[in-house]
Amino acid sequence: MAQTLETRATPLADRHLALGARMVEFGGWMMPLSYGGILEEHRAVRSNAGLFDLSHMGELFLEGPQAAEALGYALVTNPAALSVGRAHYSMICFPEGGVLDDLIVYRLAPDRFMVVANASNAAAVSDALAERIEGYRVVLDDRSLATGLVAIQGPRSVEILQSLTDVDLAPMKYYSIAEGRVAGVRALVARTGYTGEDGFEVFADVASIGTVWDAVFAAGKLRELVPVGLGARDTLRLEAGMPLYGNELGPDTTPFEAGLGRVVKFEKPGDFVARQALEKANAEGPRKQLVGLVVTGRGIARHGYQVLAGDDRSGVVTSGTMSPTLGKPIAMAYVAPARAGVGTILDVGVRDQRISAEVVQLPFYKRRS
Amino acid sequence: MVPQGLRYTKEHEWVRLEGDVATVGITDYAAHELGDVVFVELPEVGRTVAQLAPVGVIESVKAVSDLFAPLAGEVVETNPDLSGQPELLNTDPFGAGWMLRIAVSDRSQLDNLLDAAGYEGLIAES
Repeated sequence: MAQTLETRATPLADRHLALGARMVEFGGWMMPLSYGGILEEHRAVRSNAGLFDLSHMGELFLEGPQAAEALGYALVTNPAALSVGRAHYSMICFPEGGVLDDLIVYRLAPDRFMVVANASNAAAVSDALAERIEGYRVVLDDRSLATGLVAIQGPRSVEILQSLTDVDLAPMKYYSIAEGRVAGVRALVARTGYTGEDGFEVFADVASIGTVWDAVFAAGKLRELVPVGLGARDTLRLEAGMPLYGNELGPDTTPFEAGLGRVVKFEKPGDFVARQALEKANAEGPRKQLVGLVVTGRGIARHGYQVLAGDDRSGVVTSGTMSPTLGKPIAMAYVAPARAGVGTILDVGVRDQRISAEVVQLPFYKRRS
Repeated sequence: MVPQGLRYTKEHEWVRLEGDVATVGITDYAAHELGDVVFVELPEVGRTVAQLAPVGVIESVKAVSDLFAPLAGEVVETNPDLSGQPELLNTDPFGAGWMLRIAVSDRSQLDNLLDAAGYEGLIAES
């Protein structure tokens, strides 16, 4: 497929083509959807390990004596509370309270942070941050296009990656980050991921990320590592109950409605963008509530399908698929708060039929260790 | 690999006509395009179907696809294995992955379908 002006290729595009990947456009980038097949890739991550090209993601660096305070104003979390080498899940909200993007914030040094944004929102997040940090002693460096990213996810991740890096992986806490070398290349190694498995995300310059990919691929060869595309990335995160911006999160959704109110740190000192709107939303209660559904009837609930409860037709499925691990159709959906209790039986409109589904506690899958 | 002796639709179904009964499935080309099949919805036995009408659904992990009746007639049998093993469409689309059987009402409709060479040409163009 020809690359248009609007669609970017990652530094690893040639590897995906050589591996016979089926490619798809996502967030302005041509990305691998799958290589050997979504189910096979999904199961490989749950059992062994998978290697992902995530170079399309945005990486924004903030450095300066007021970096923590600036981010505390711009985001809903309190990055000042992070120790060096730690990270947390965060959101950047519109002043009216809706979600602009969900993020991970990493503290690299007392005055240096890396904010990782979704590919489709990287430019918008960069612009919003630039605006919000004005007046603070901090410099924003958007290195999204200069930074490559690969992820190794699965129970054998430590085993595969340790031989390639001077970073001591086993003792790393979940949501921590370290600087070091991977395959001889200077890199940031984070123990974060979007699969519900143990794993690492490795950030390096676009010029070097190919070296990292090749080395991990080779190290993984005798350990059943497979390349994994966005298709399995989606089924893995859905099983793990993780939201996808554009499905569960968007400008018309508050963090509370998505079940992520814990991310909003009202107790942090000082004002932050959307504080008033979010306090109001928190006080008034959600207009809708995100729930997990397991389909008990015969059919698959998918994005956009209607969720019905008696006469109430207000619900909508945000994400859904056949869960490879559970062997059942699972979904996330927004429903009226009164219908959101675990155990509630609802109907999903699938073509011209109504099929039964039950509200369950998220996540659908949790790893053993 | 396009088996000879079958007829094909432009929607990538195959047909094997034996007497007045047509066995129908999807081709390996279609199965490969779909990816892993995770759910199959077939018409009820006894239903009357028109040529090229949508009669069922094939769902992969990412997408929903219609199944079309290659010939008009009455559905006389559906493959009971597909409920529990939808992946048969990927592993054996011309054999164990057969989908339904139709008692054909008009044999001449077979002329509207592609032969193996015609189908090979179709997929070569894709």
